Amino acid sequence: MTTTPEKTDVDLVSVTIDGIQVSVPKDTLVIRAAEQVGVQIPRFCDHPLLAPVGACRQCLVDVPDAGNGRGFPKPQASCTLPVAEGMVVNTQATSEVADKAQQGVMEFLLINHPLDCPVCDKGGECPLQNQAMSNGRAESRFSASGGVKRTYPKPINISAQVLLDRERCVLCARCTRFSEEIAGDPFIALIERGALQQVGIYEKEPLQSYFSGNTIQICPVGALTSAEYRFRSRPFDLVSSPSVGEHDACGSAIRVDHRRGKVMRRLAGNDPEVNEEWITDKDRFAFHYATQDDRITYPQVRDEDGSLRPASWPEAFAVAARGLRDAGPSAVLMGGRHTVEDAFAYSTFARVALGTNDIDFRARPHSAEEADFLASSVVLTGPGGGAVTYADLERAATVVLVGLEPEDEAGAIFLRLRKATKHGTRVVAVAPFRSRGLEKLGGHLIATLPGEEVAAIDGLLGHADHGVDASSVVLVGDRMASVPGALSAAAALAATSGARLAWVPRRAGDRGAVEAGCLPNLLPGGRPVADASARVDAAAAWGVDSLPDVAGRDGAAIVAALASGELGGVVIGGIDPDDTADPAATRAALAAARFVVAVELRETDVTRGADVVFPVAPVTDKAGTFVTWEGRTRPFEAVLSNPASLPDLRILAGIAEELAQLGHGSPLGFRTVPEARARMIEMGAWDGERPAAPTVSAVPAGSGEGLALATWKQMIDDGSMQDGDKHLAATARPTVARVSRAVLDAVGPTVTVTGDRGSVTLPAVVADDLADGVVWLPARSFGRGVLADVASPGSRVTVKGDPS
Amino acid sequence: MSDSVTGSVKGTLTPVLTDNWGSERSWTLAAYEAQGGYGALRNALAMAPDDVISAVKDSGLRGRGGAGFPTGMKWSFIPQDNPKPKYLVVNADESEPGTCKDIPLMMATPHTLVEGVIISSYAIRANTAFIYIRGEVLHVIRRVQAAVAEAYAAGHLGKDIHGSGYDLDLVVHAGAGAYICGEETALLEGLEGRRGQPRLRPPFPAVAGLYASPTVINNVESIASVPSILEHGAEWFASMGTEKSKGYGIFSLSGHVTRPGQYEAPLGITLRELIDLAGGVREGHSLKFWTPGGSSTPLLTADHLDVPLDFEGVGAVGSMLGTRALQIFDETTCVVRAVLRWTEFYKHESCGKCTPCREGTWWLVQTLAALERGQGTEADLDLLLDQCDNILGRSFCALGDGATSPISSSIAHFREEYLAHLQHGGCPFDPAASTTFAAEGALA
Repeated sequence: MTTTPEKTDVDLVSVTIDGIQVSVPKDTLVIRAAEQVGVQIPRFCDHPLLAPVGACRQCLVDVPDAGNGRGFPKPQASCTLPVAEGMVVNTQATSEVADKAQQGVMEFLLINHPLDCPVCDKGGECPLQNQAMSNGRAESRFSASGGVKRTYPKPINISAQVLLDRERCVLCARCTRFSEEIAGDPFIALIERGALQQVGIYEKEPLQSYFSGNTIQICPVGALTSAEYRFRSRPFDLVSSPSVGEHDACGSAIRVDHRRGKVMRRLAGNDPEVNEEWITDKDRFAFHYATQDDRITYPQVRDEDGSLRPASWPEAFAVAARGLRDAGPSAVLMGGRHTVEDAFAYSTFARVALGTNDIDFRARPHSAEEADFLASSVVLTGPGGGAVTYADLERAATVVLVGLEPEDEAGAIFLRLRKATKHGTRVVAVAPFRSRGLEKLGGHLIATLPGEEVAAIDGLLGHADHGVDASSVVLVGDRMASVPGALSAAAALAATSGARLAWVPRRAGDRGAVEAGCLPNLLPGGRPVADASARVDAAAAWGVDSLPDVAGRDGAAIVAALASGELGGVVIGGIDPDDTADPAATRAALAAARFVVAVELRETDVTRGADVVFPVAPVTDKAGTFVTWEGRTRPFEAVLSNPASLPDLRILAGIAEELAQLGHGSPLGFRTVPEARARMIEMGAWDGERPAAPTVSAVPAGSGEGLALATWKQMIDDGSMQDGDKHLAATARPTVARVSRAVLDAVGPTVTVTGDRGSVTLPAVVADDLADGVVWLPARSFGRGVLADVASPGSRVTVKGDPS
Repeated sequence: MSDSVTGSVKGTLTPVLTDNWGSERSWTLAAYEAQGGYGALRNALAMAPDDVISAVKDSGLRGRGGAGFPTGMKWSFIPQDNPKPKYLVVNADESEPGTCKDIPLMMATPHTLVEGVIISSYAIRANTAFIYIRGEVLHVIRRVQAAVAEAYAAGHLGKDIHGSGYDLDLVVHAGAGAYICGEETALLEGLEGRRGQPRLRPPFPAVAGLYASPTVINNVESIASVPSILEHGAEWFASMGTEKSKGYGIFSLSGHVTRPGQYEAPLGITLRELIDLAGGVREGHSLKFWTPGGSSTPLLTADHLDVPLDFEGVGAVGSMLGTRALQIFDETTCVVRAVLRWTEFYKHESCGKCTPCREGTWWLVQTLAALERGQGTEADLDLLLDQCDNILGRSFCALGDGATSPISSSIAHFREEYLAHLQHGGCPFDPAASTTFAAEGALA
């Protein structure tokens, strides 16, 4: 290795462990220094990401010299003892004292443990079981001497999802410490004392946390289990495959455990740069959506009688190609859930097969300003180029959140911010009210009416209390697309203050779709459509003569053009009309379209009305890459082998080839994920000039009647990718409208919120520090969601009391 | 109480803390001040705080809660350059089986403690002090609360005490009934409103104690001894006791003695002298074993009657001076039964934080109970000792260590008696014979 200046900055301390000298950074704990010489000291309470407690006493070692020439008279807990220069440590490998101490503690741990390994979910992957084998005695003296174990009724719910077997618990307090230190949800605590000590909840106050599943994973015994996985399989029957979370743009590493072609559970992977060892409950538990009864397993085409009938793949490709050729100009609508490879295929398909720039991945409210902002300030940025990373959140003096509720929308960011705030990072949120997440970050709220974020962003520059400067990071959520001028203001703020700016989308494929050019103004690799040399570059890479030279229609314009007949056909994949800016318009456009090719995992309103339906592989069945909000690529391989399950790119390649046969456009030039990756690498990134950041001015907030509607999606809601786990659904936060105290007092505890698209009646609660004149609704927790059932975010709604 | 005894035998006893226990309404401010109370406070307020610390250092006062750490040195560890507030916390969570000195002291002369608190807080520059009193002793809590109220009314507490410019608030806090809260960091947790469980050290309380601020935690008797040092001088205090264990202390005799009670004497007095003062062992019986400082100190036997009761002397015979809670057991007592009772106490009081104490005490009780029933074999004694070996020095705090003391010391001294249980198929003793209500001259 080369020696870099950063490396030499670390103060090294030299210690001798089991006779082997090793240099480790100052303040390293002995238990981890021992790992450097290849000695694993048994442990239970110790966890590298939790503060040391020294409670279980399993990691006792002998310290004949503490570095000052004197030894400790008693064995020391190596998980709480930092190294000191010249320290001598003897572990169980070389010290009888340490070995006996460890064996003694292990024996104690087992006396009140039920030893029910054969029926325990943890059996086979249990640190207690493993370490009892490596550091314990084979026979129980407690049982032999007629000892009576402490017993409890099994199991108890500490939340809808998490169950506790108190008998198995070794009281290491990892779960309670995680909940308090990491998640900030201290809803579980140790109660009672002595051997009757146990993990408990306050009466009728379950463990309410979006991160509760992590407690199950770090439990070193089988005390915590999930309702979702309990009794489902044995660890030794499972095959574990690394993958990447598909529920948000965080790119969290996950481990998928599967058995005979079926995913049994998911665990957090360890990606220190990204999610460390934690994932959200959604990433952990929401995977049954791919195996629901409505999963499409074969292609379908519209029959003469108007119904959809099964078709062979070649027939479906041919019907799709003919239909698109005959429909006239066609466009591509694809959601934000695709891998980069699939997104690249959509981007390529639009340009070389359909010959259009009418493509948009933004299946949500969006704007031309946003497309310009993505082209100017987001695409091609990444950790390699100095873009904001998770680690930067920890280093920043201030992190400003604009239109981003990390606890709901980006769990890994939330946890990293929690960690950052402990080191002194200050969080400032431009938001309508003080959310529970902001509370847990100890953050400062700039209470802002939806639509008035621009003023709030402008006010950050040089503000006496919470001004931003070069030591700040600004995270702007994709919701800001619906606020004219907000993204322009954020880019301007970063430019003037020197603060670093990052765009945090909500969906896993959003950022990859930007990179792949799934926008009307961008080609793959950040090539601006408007730049002739960029077009030539892309055309050469694709092996086509030329590319359309005008920017295409964005999502809303495609919808409008389909409705008006300007566009005839559409290839649509991964879109729920109710997520789009105007659900009714989207539905009408699909109905009006002359030809609809749907590429979908499960039956939806879109597939039911389509002319050709292609089944598509879920992420478990294909290799791919997600790009995190940072611009970091996180590739993954297929978890399951399912030959009938094809990625989007293979379907698009099939249609493109048929179209080419008909003399329409060119084939994509790739059919598989490796081929797509090779083509993307070959194409590379655009090294030409970047477009300038947009300079859209704020639109004066409409005064109008009623309250301004604020909304975002809660982490656990009615999203279709959470279908199939009722226990997860039961951990969702209650569906309530958040109003000011004055509104609650005026209209009572149940409110009816009415917008231009309809109304909803919900229980109301008072939101802390809610900006005047705002009502907040969860975006997808009732009916068909806010966009379909109530109104657009930021628009005016009326709030009335329950008429009954 | 022992008020008829203290002060009556001159030459051996040195009543200082207990001196006024016999006076009329000794717990009132009037009675205390009539005997010169709060005079030491005026002396102290006229001194520089560091000089108060020096006086206590020079006196050689060592912590009276059991561990015997030099009090003045503990005070000098408080970093005075730390911008955080400093706190004095008085550990009045007296819960050790056999220990009964602080509670009578607070009943009889709470103002001695209050005066000590003010002087000590002044020395360490604390403006807030706490007395953490065991929650079960409500009468004591009320008495100390009343004394504190009197002291406020008299201007001994509050703002600008006696024109010195020094402010002190004193809070009387009631514990919630956990032995572990006598452990100083668990006490701090309790004081902060959390569950009483010991904290990881470092940081030590002197650096980051109560509310993460520099904190001194002292036993009631240590703090109550401070006014006498300021009143009579460090040399006076150091003239009593032995070379390394200076001064006087309250020796609490309980059990099979004719006159149980509090005997205040210089450190270094022997049990033989104390038993003589207490009128001898129960009539017609002889000493079998005793604890020098509560149940957590390894028990001793009649062979140790002449051991000087100071930190070094008791340490030299393998035990600890502890809290000078001398529990006297005569030959009618079954040592196995006594040890089992103590072990049940430790099992009940283990806080549960660490494995050896939590699980170990659970198992010790079962093993001991079987032995008392005469079940098992001699090998179980070795099992018991091995369990103790796996607890002692392996647990998080000293509670686990204390739990092993009666067991290992009783096996060392009375192995034959354990075996007799096995041979007899149960306890060979008449449990009634050891009771204080046993008929005169009852035999085992």
